[in-house]
Amino acid sequence: MSADTNARPAASATPPAGIEAATPSPRTSGPLTTSIRAPRERRRRSTPRLLVTALVLTLVAIGATFLLDPYRNYQFALIAATFCATAGLTLLIGLTGQLSLGHAALMAAGGYGYALTANALTDAGVDGVPRFVVSLAAAAAASALLGLLLGLAAARLKGPYLSGVTLVLVIALPAFTSVFSGVFRGDQGVQIAYDGVPEVLRRIIAVEQWQAWVAILVAAVFVTWLAALRNGRAGLRMRAVRDDETAARLQGVRAGRVKVLAFTASSVTAGAGGAVLCFVTQSVSPGAYTLAFSLLLLVAVVIGGLGSLLGAFLGSIVIVMLPWLIQTATGALDLSADAAQRLTGNLPVLVFGVLLIVVTAAWPGGIRATLPKRLFSKRMPRAAAAPAAGPDAAVAADSDLEPRTDSAAEPIPTTTER
Amino acid sequence: MNHTPSDAEQTSTAASAAPSVPEPRLRVDGLTVRFGGLTALDDVSFEVGRGEVVALIGPNGAGKTTVFNAISGLVRRAAGDMRIDGAPAPARPTGLVGRRVARTLQGLGLFDSMSVLENVLVPLEARSGAGGRGRRGDAAEQASGCLGRLGIAHLAAVPVAALPYPERKRVALARALVTDPDLLLLDEPAGGLGEEDIDTLAEVVREVAASGCSVLLVEHHVDFVMGVADRIVVLDFGRVIACGTPDEVRADPRVEEAYLGIEPAA
Amino acid sequence: MDRLLFLLATGLARGAIFALFALALVLIWRAARVVNFAQGAMAVVAVYVAFAVTGLTGSYWIGLASALVAGGLMGLVVERGVMRFASHASPLSGVIIAIGVVMVLQSALGIAFGSNTRPMEAPFSESPIVIGGVPVLSPYDLFVLILAVGLMGVLALLFTRTSLGLQLRASAFAPEVSRLLGVRVTRMVTAGWVLASAVGALAALLLVPTELGLNPHSADMLFVSAFTVAVVGGLDSPPGALIGGLAVGVLISLVTGYLGATVAPIAVLVLLVAVLLVRPGGLFATTEARTA
Repeated sequence: MSADTNARPAASATPPAGIEAATPSPRTSGPLTTSIRAPRERRRRSTPRLLVTALVLTLVAIGATFLLDPYRNYQFALIAATFCATAGLTLLIGLTGQLSLGHAALMAAGGYGYALTANALTDAGVDGVPRFVVSLAAAAAASALLGLLLGLAAARLKGPYLSGVTLVLVIALPAFTSVFSGVFRGDQGVQIAYDGVPEVLRRIIAVEQWQAWVAILVAAVFVTWLAALRNGRAGLRMRAVRDDETAARLQGVRAGRVKVLAFTASSVTAGAGGAVLCFVTQSVSPGAYTLAFSLLLLVAVVIGGLGSLLGAFLGSIVIVMLPWLIQTATGALDLSADAAQRLTGNLPVLVFGVLLIVVTAAWPGGIRATLPKRLFSKRMPRAAAAPAAGPDAAVAADSDLEPRTDSAAEPIPTTTER
Repeated sequence: MNHTPSDAEQTSTAASAAPSVPEPRLRVDGLTVRFGGLTALDDVSFEVGRGEVVALIGPNGAGKTTVFNAISGLVRRAAGDMRIDGAPAPARPTGLVGRRVARTLQGLGLFDSMSVLENVLVPLEARSGAGGRGRRGDAAEQASGCLGRLGIAHLAAVPVAALPYPERKRVALARALVTDPDLLLLDEPAGGLGEEDIDTLAEVVREVAASGCSVLLVEHHVDFVMGVADRIVVLDFGRVIACGTPDEVRADPRVEEAYLGIEPAA
Repeated sequence: MDRLLFLLATGLARGAIFALFALALVLIWRAARVVNFAQGAMAVVAVYVAFAVTGLTGSYWIGLASALVAGGLMGLVVERGVMRFASHASPLSGVIIAIGVVMVLQSALGIAFGSNTRPMEAPFSESPIVIGGVPVLSPYDLFVLILAVGLMGVLALLFTRTSLGLQLRASAFAPEVSRLLGVRVTRMVTAGWVLASAVGALAALLLVPTELGLNPHSADMLFVSAFTVAVVGGLDSPPGALIGGLAVGVLISLVTGYLGATVAPIAVLVLLVAVLLVRPGGLFATTEARTA
């Protein structure tokens, strides 16, 4: 299929690709001049376009909080926090093929970083926005450090070895908090001071809405950063390494560094998510970051579609809402307390496990692939100068990631089909 | 102070007075590569001068791609020396671009999830801080210019996975040329191409060589090689069995014997 | 000091169990080029079956036999029913599907039996035999050692001396060529899974009585330890699994004995990372495994 960009000159009646290429004409100037312009414009435009999209989406999200009741806002906050982690994870797996089963541990690093810093600042008399920002920064730093170490080890490892190491890490987490219980307080975890709604807004919004706002803002910042990373040079290098590592190295791409960068970046956002969770629940403990949770993160990115930020968001919604739905449903049934508990605890996991298997085996693109064609109509928008409508831009920018990013993708990627 | 210089002194003075010969672009000296018990390359030596086109030919399994892999740092050598512009060849594949060496792969090694333009951009954007902010626009320009030179500028936004084989080969070639290399290693560039495409390819190779870039190519297509190469190195079972101009090699009985693809009366 | 001997002996017994489980992982890796992350969960299902059977019949030995059968069946079901849908193009899909299997199995067990831990009785005493004032080894540990080593010996014989073993090895090493020679490769892969799962089930069965008890997550730590063993020993090396298992078993036993049980997972993690940093392919790996 040939691209239909407005860079192609209408006048030259360009025949389909195959025929033109057969006639040697290495020095046509027509297509040359216009093609020069398109990519440069695309480059210059994509960062501002990304920022505008992010801003619009954030405002929409904040607006939505006015329409939700407090419990829903609480869930919204959870979704936003989870999104920070799943966004990083989906890019990590989708763009560099590093399957991390331990991202919950990275979130925990962020959570503990946030909690410990916040407590220290509270003791020093700092509170409010400065305390939040500094603690968030500390959280990001903590998870970045852990992610860097893990990433350095992981870059040398292939497939199952990497997954295994991350698995062991998350299983070992409770051991860490117990052994260093002086700092981490073992199983009971660390509590932080309650961060109420600031004076200014106290009469307008309730605390759950405020927490949702904070969560949304943090997610907006970190996910936009990830999107910028992906759209730029780093993303190009990651895709090159994913598609053909040897060829990439021959082009000068340092594969190891690219993988470590991806791991570290995803760790930073996971840490931010952990910090937000701590902010919302006022506590952090090993029980909140179990292997099961790590696997839920994996479920979210797989069913959303590996490599897709929108998919990560949709997946985050699913893993937060589905357990709640099941709990409500089983509550409506007339069951003994024991049976009810067995169901609510296990049924979501059962459903997720089935989803994971089915999606990976039979439905490689995840939810993302079933979204309306309209979103993908701007074929290869990153090379086209044609602007995509607002919210679609970020989504459309995803589109070229789609077919190769899933683990079950065909060997011959079908970028042409959506 | 009168003394007639001895013969030895005379020669040495003459030698030091002679203008220095520029280093060959590529010098391979005694290259030996072993895979386990198998000796893939045995004492292979040859040179490629500046702006020269040298072809490596030989039957399947002779070790031609192994030579490339050794130069690219993808396989370890058991013995021998490889120098590019006088300095040792990079130990790792990632060092090639910095030494202005570019290589194509037999399997093309294109990045299937990307468009044509993006594929060609990769070597330009491979290193962080490779040029700073301003260069990003330049990189795109450089890449587009290269696509234009190969007649595929109109395909810039097309995903490479959607392209037919000859176009994919052009993209691979463009990707190799975009960094403006001084040494180009082409692995079976004519394979799978029709006559017209091969003619274009020969034209591109000659142009590239004329601009000062040296070309070392591995190839099976004998007519193409005869038409484009300045010198030919013939490998068989990992050893160099002949080296010379196309005419010399064509007439060499050892080559005929080892490589029946050459028509004796040419 | 007298503790040392006991800890070493127990470590060897534990290590034999890890080695068995690691062997199961190695078997599947060699047969199907996939690390079976679901091995633990599959084994636990078999142990629940054994538990139920023992409860009904009152005999440990019938329970053990049923664990072997159930384990084998699990291998058959998972391989034929689920794993064969994993894409060969990407190793990730196999891991992800296996994770899905883990979630399904563990949650199903939780729904059916509940998550509370049920104590499981060992067929032999677990208090150590004392020789000359020094605790040496418990009868149960001795039993475990004998059974585990014996089984490994049987497996070794199977693989090296029998026609079935030869076919299994051929299918794993060179499936295309084996097909041409008449080996039913798909069947061999399934056979490998069945065998591996039975072995894994036995390992889990031997382990559970020494832990707090049986619950759906009983085998998580076993999988982690066995995975570490397989990495230390090299995913495609059975002798490596044996040596690695014994080494890891002793390590964990010593760490638990001197530093406490909570530290054990950290010790495993440290060992794993240390080995992989130095030798990404495992200590005993051949070059083949390096491309895992």
